Amino acid sequence: MAIGGGSRPELQHNLPDEIDSSPGGRRSRILGGGRGEGVRGVVIAMLSTVVFFAVVVVAIVHAPGWPLVKQEFFNGQRFVESFPAILGAFRVNVELFLVAEVFILVFALVLAVLRSLPGPVFFPIRALAIAYTDFFRGVPTILVIYILGFGAPPLGRGVPRSEFFWAVVALVLVYSAYVAEVYRAGIESVHESQVAAARSLGLSRWQSTRYVVLPQAVRRVIPPLLNDFIGLQKDTALVAILGVVEAFRQSQIDEAATFNFTPYLATALLFVAITIPMARFTDWLILRGRTRRRAGGAF
Amino acid sequence: MSGGDGAALRLEDVHKRFGKVEVLKGIELSVAEHEVICLIGAYGSGKSTLLRCVNLIEPVTGGRIFVRGEEITAAGVDVNRIRRNIGIVYQAFNLFPHMTVLDNVTLAPRQVLGSTRHEAEARARDLLARFGLSDKEDEYPDRLSGGQQQRTAIVRALAMNPSIMLLDEVTSALDPELIAEVLSVIRELAQVGMTMVIATHEMGFARDIASRVMFLDQGRILEEGSPERIFSDPQDPRTRQFLQRIIEAGRL
Repeated sequence: MAIGGGSRPELQHNLPDEIDSSPGGRRSRILGGGRGEGVRGVVIAMLSTVVFFAVVVVAIVHAPGWPLVKQEFFNGQRFVESFPAILGAFRVNVELFLVAEVFILVFALVLAVLRSLPGPVFFPIRALAIAYTDFFRGVPTILVIYILGFGAPPLGRGVPRSEFFWAVVALVLVYSAYVAEVYRAGIESVHESQVAAARSLGLSRWQSTRYVVLPQAVRRVIPPLLNDFIGLQKDTALVAILGVVEAFRQSQIDEAATFNFTPYLATALLFVAITIPMARFTDWLILRGRTRRRAGGAF
Repeated sequence: MSGGDGAALRLEDVHKRFGKVEVLKGIELSVAEHEVICLIGAYGSGKSTLLRCVNLIEPVTGGRIFVRGEEITAAGVDVNRIRRNIGIVYQAFNLFPHMTVLDNVTLAPRQVLGSTRHEAEARARDLLARFGLSDKEDEYPDRLSGGQQQRTAIVRALAMNPSIMLLDEVTSALDPELIAEVLSVIRELAQVGMTMVIATHEMGFARDIASRVMFLDQGRILEEGSPERIFSDPQDPRTRQFLQRIIEAGRL
């Protein structure tokens, strides 16, 4: 959270509505904001935080069912025992994510470019791209995984049987639809005068797209792209339904053996542990983009 | 006015219509090599559209345009090849914000003309030095002043070695104190014999630099002549009225 945080009070001041998307701004909101309040504000914020959480914790701990919940969900011993196997299985989640991400980035870009093709000649291609995104944004991810994972392998000879393979395919198909829309928003945000400038220098339509439009579009959509990838990281857990032993599946196995739910907590913490750095990185990119644009100001 | 005379640029009865609005209503224009034509006229008179049509950014809806005798409005012409020889500079610079000055200038020579990076950069550095931008080659456009950006845009167009330059109100987006540096660049181009068609509101500049001045009004060239004649003895009542307003605004 300390990345670039808190060092730009003038930014916060100018952008009250956008505060929560920048780390610098978030700090000011959490601590009660205003410049004038200073140390006193910080002290009040801390006190009120301590009191608030103390009340919540006391309330939970004194609930009638707490001892049982603690035993079943917050069992220290079970946590320690189950953690190594879950961590090992979590590797599969990371692999799923990394492999799928590469294909999504490429495939979605192709989709977005196809959808942005101009003129009546390309109508069928545009229509296909639109139908694709409509379909795969509409179908729940878990269904796509289920249908492909169980439906494709029986096709037989030459068709891969690996659940991991079909899980990746399913995630790529679904997430490409979302990411293609993000790219497309980026492509459309590049002003047409940029294309005019490129074309008037003699660049072809494809060269203008390749060298002028796409670099600007992709740069602008990096924060929303990362946002989608945080979603993807979490959705790798859906692959458990195919029987792939990833972290969630491993904790199910553990739970089935011991009738204790603590392994799920361990899994949850692992997911949080990899998504938080991603979220902070996204915040930092947004902030950096904003500061950089402000440094210019020639327009 | 026929066939392959020596004109650098020739327009025959050019019409341009956007929906129901006819912006150009039969433009006849012939520009000799090394000539500098200044187009003057109110906003909406068709100056920018005329330049955009010559660059084929806007397709004409009637008439023909020739560059060095070749009809560029003919069917099946390779527009990319035509545009290589026609440099255009826009009011809003339109530099590529994700590229350094040097990359802005070398992009088209490398991708379109097939120059090597080495050749393209050598030529770009020459041009940048000529226009006082040597120390800016690694800067991004947003970090330059408006005048520097516009000079970069001019250099970017020149890097393609065009046979004609079209300048579309290139000083209109600049603060007054930055206008002079851009105008002096254009003066230099005129001195080395660059053929140019310039749409401008800078009447003093037009009077200094133009070989001929044309007054556009509602899509027609109402009056043309030497700058001396147009500015000191305009014939058409509309030209008089336009210049009168300019004088009242203190811009001549």
